[in-house]
Amino acid sequence: MRIPCPHCGERDVAEFRYGGDASNVRPSHGSGDLKQWHDYKFIFDNPQGPHLEYWQHVYGCRQWFKLNRNTATNEIVGGER
Amino acid sequence: MTAFKRIDKPSHINRTKQISFQFDGKMFNGFVGDTLASALLANGKTLLGRSFKYHRPRGIIGAGIEESNALLTTGSDGRTEPNTISTTAELKSGITAKSQNAWPSLNFDLMAVNQLLSPIFGAGFYYKTFMGPLKKSWMMYEPIIRKAAGLGAAVPDVDSARYEMRYMFCDVLIIGSGPAGLAAAVTAARSGARVVLVEQDFEFGGSILSSGSEELERWRKAQIAELEKSPEVRLLKRTTAQGIYDQNLAVLSLTPENHPALKITEQLRARTIIMATGAIERPLVFANNDRPGVMLASALRTYLNRFSVVPKKRAVIVTNNDSAYSTAFDLAENDVAVTVAEHRGTLSGNLLARAAQLGIAIFPNCGIADVIGEKQMRGVRLSGRHAVTIECDVLGMSGGWSPAVHLTSHGGIKPKYNEQIAAFIPGGFAKSHFGAGAINGTFGLLAAIREGDAAARAALPDSKKIKEFDLPAVREDRKYSIQPIWNAAEKSNEKYAFVDFQNDVTVKDIKGAHQEGYFSVEHLKRYTTLGMGTDQGKTSNVNALAMMADLRGLPLSQAGTTTFRPPYSPMTVGAIAARSVGLRFKPKRLSPLHDWHVAHGATFIEAGLWMRAWFYDWAGKTPEEAYIKEMELVRQNVGISDVSSLGKIDVQGSDAAEFLNRIYVNGFAKLPVGRARYGVMLNDDGVVLDDGTTSRITDTKFYMTTTTAQAGEVMSWLEYLLQMHWTDLNVHVTSLTDEWGGMAVSGPNSRRALQLAFPEIDITNEALPYMGVIEFKFEGVEVRVLRLSFSGELAYEVHCSADYTTALWEHILKAAELLGIKPYGLEALASLRIEKGHVAGADLDHRNTLDDLGLGKMAGKDKAYIGKELRFREDCQAPERWSLVGIESMEEGAKLRGGAILFAATDEIKGHGRGYITSVTWSTELNKYIALALYNGGLKHEGEDIICAFPLKNENVKARIVSPHFIDKQGERLHA
Repeated sequence: MRIPCPHCGERDVAEFRYGGDASNVRPSHGSGDLKQWHDYKFIFDNPQGPHLEYWQHVYGCRQWFKLNRNTATNEIVGGER
Repeated sequence: MTAFKRIDKPSHINRTKQISFQFDGKMFNGFVGDTLASALLANGKTLLGRSFKYHRPRGIIGAGIEESNALLTTGSDGRTEPNTISTTAELKSGITAKSQNAWPSLNFDLMAVNQLLSPIFGAGFYYKTFMGPLKKSWMMYEPIIRKAAGLGAAVPDVDSARYEMRYMFCDVLIIGSGPAGLAAAVTAARSGARVVLVEQDFEFGGSILSSGSEELERWRKAQIAELEKSPEVRLLKRTTAQGIYDQNLAVLSLTPENHPALKITEQLRARTIIMATGAIERPLVFANNDRPGVMLASALRTYLNRFSVVPKKRAVIVTNNDSAYSTAFDLAENDVAVTVAEHRGTLSGNLLARAAQLGIAIFPNCGIADVIGEKQMRGVRLSGRHAVTIECDVLGMSGGWSPAVHLTSHGGIKPKYNEQIAAFIPGGFAKSHFGAGAINGTFGLLAAIREGDAAARAALPDSKKIKEFDLPAVREDRKYSIQPIWNAAEKSNEKYAFVDFQNDVTVKDIKGAHQEGYFSVEHLKRYTTLGMGTDQGKTSNVNALAMMADLRGLPLSQAGTTTFRPPYSPMTVGAIAARSVGLRFKPKRLSPLHDWHVAHGATFIEAGLWMRAWFYDWAGKTPEEAYIKEMELVRQNVGISDVSSLGKIDVQGSDAAEFLNRIYVNGFAKLPVGRARYGVMLNDDGVVLDDGTTSRITDTKFYMTTTTAQAGEVMSWLEYLLQMHWTDLNVHVTSLTDEWGGMAVSGPNSRRALQLAFPEIDITNEALPYMGVIEFKFEGVEVRVLRLSFSGELAYEVHCSADYTTALWEHILKAAELLGIKPYGLEALASLRIEKGHVAGADLDHRNTLDDLGLGKMAGKDKAYIGKELRFREDCQAPERWSLVGIESMEEGAKLRGGAILFAATDEIKGHGRGYITSVTWSTELNKYIALALYNGGLKHEGEDIICAFPLKNENVKARIVSPHFIDKQGERLHA
């Protein structure tokens, strides 16, 4: 798979690490709300199709970014920094 | 008795270059341009192997990649390769080939007794026989069956062949160099695009090579010449496209012409892919259709036109379609007597006229009832009303053509049935994929060329500007017509009518599968093994699917097909691993002090990717002997140890203190400059991520250390938080793990050692108290001394640039020589920290909470930190969690072992126990084995007796749960 790094351009997947589902919104630091953090950390959809996820160009510029990847075809629909 | 001969007709062999080779111990001659199979045929060898299950004599059936029978073991000594496909193997001087599956010899094979047993060896035989009431019967029979079965044999020696992996890119990848592929390549090349043309054969041309046409040969050469002159074109012969993956990744396997012992796997990224993979001829299914001499009709044409090898006197052709007449006519033109058994009742006038002209007798409405002869066929008996017996050398059969749809199927596109050509064609092409020629079911030559040109134009932008294509000057394509015949076997002979030659699957087996309820094509495959093996059913699948559809009363279009998966043809496993074997399987990380350790008697141990000094020979020859001496050195005097593998992260910025305060459970906001603090960080889920010491160098600059194991993970985590979430914080993190080296100087004499090394620096307890940090320049090099201890003794860590780590290490050793300072390795380092009760990688299993490790009190009550919320979820607060305890052996001389399962003294020793030992050492201070462990309920059980069970060695050792802090509980030594 080829992944477009927002900083370096398209590179082989071997240069990246996957960082999980990016569709959940991180609660604010120290919110103190157990339920909110529980849902953020443990409740995910498992879609076949477009999926917003975190990736890091770990063997490159080390930029983290969000990527919209189709889990069925590995087609990259879009990305954002 | 030989069935074939070589004639003088010009072809693609080079008669000026004779080469000799060996087959089953005898020498033979062939020519450059031959395949192993064509050379063997030219020498009259038709019996080449025995079949997989029944050990029936087998010869060559095809002339290419579809071959299911003529597999040979090539090479000798340590470099033999089983299952070499003789019909694609290029004949090379000195090649050594052996037949397979025959013992003691090909002509007299004892295992052929299996033929007599064929009534009981049918499909499902193994499942039924060895899965019976005796549970262990399969285990007993398996070794014997494995020995008797199997194709070829793997070599036990270390593989001496060379393998490489490479990564390439192109605009247009064209797979197959037949008429369609060549045309596509030339058109694409004319556009200036980066083109790769892949051909599995050692010659470009595909079906043209078998055509015998001078005009097509002229055209073929002209196209290749143009491609060779195009600078952006890579021409890859001897290269198979094994698979097409997501985002247009093609995996190619190739053997360069000049390096037959080198196999390259290429991962090629193509903007567009044109599949011109052609079609594979199907056999017809009738009694004894596997006898040596029964071949695909197209293969006979190839042997004639490409290799000048023809049947000696007479050939019979049996067919249900028009294509076999090309073979019939070409053979007749070369003085071979030809008779045709034609399944159809009517034929086109053109064919009939030409046959009459050449003296070919055609028997309509009939097929083959039986084949006469065993190790080499001698004749055939026709079926139907003709029922005559014809003596002949070979039988060429054609059941129609199956487009090679495999690569489209890799992307998940199901093939669809096309009635007109009685074959499956691709169910479509993925975006930026195109098909041209026979893969689409387009069987005419000129039509294929036109499709190739059109596919290239479709694949390229701006294709109107590309120069028009030159067609060869040949007559227009003949119309192709076929009447499907899936099973031509007479009922009484079904057990000799082979559908899958390689797996010895007969019509009877398919009927058996149907009878037992294995209807679906996937079940049929698993039950009968049809379509498995090295050929993956290239010749057999469609016939079998059609028979099953017929048995179920379904049209073929509804019966479905099995899924084709990569690789398309057999690949050596070594070629996939390429260079990533042995020492290159994963990278090694070396400390800047590595060479010093090597030169000074260190024995190394792998810790993750790191090679770490385990122990030194000054202390002993074995780790058991050495680590105890090294521990004593640290407890009583002073030792020095390499800690360069620790993660080291520079944290800078006006919000650095706030940042650290958020990620550590304990407070860092008010850490004074010149002080270090031990910190623990959690994941969001409240589980411990890592621990380490972070020092404040200036108001806005911190120096973080992490464990060796988690260094990369922590760095990524910090970057993630800063880049994706806390973008408002003014902080930058930089990994110094490789840029900086470090050493621990530990023991009661460590202060004296450093005072000797740095006499101008004030290292007194007042100037550098416990958890203090100083920075200074020594001979121009920036040095950081952190007073912290992993061993529990008075100790320091000295860090500096990796470039000077060895010099600094040697300087300290020399300056403190009179004290008796010596190096100590990882084993002693770990043992010292176990005595002190410091947790490390082995104890942290990524499931521990702060409380599990007895560190709950560290967490700030009033501050926010990552993991605070989820740390208090129900599961993490359960009373019976496995938590950190110390363990003391209560049996003198009995060893505690890492991984031992822990039971309460009154428990039955059974099952998973109440916990396990995570770290273990001999304690020089306590004179007994001690350990750290995770135990259900943790220190609530302090003082209780337990059993440490180690079933692998049948040991049950009595021990006691104690505090994990075995020595210096008050920390007096640390503060000395």
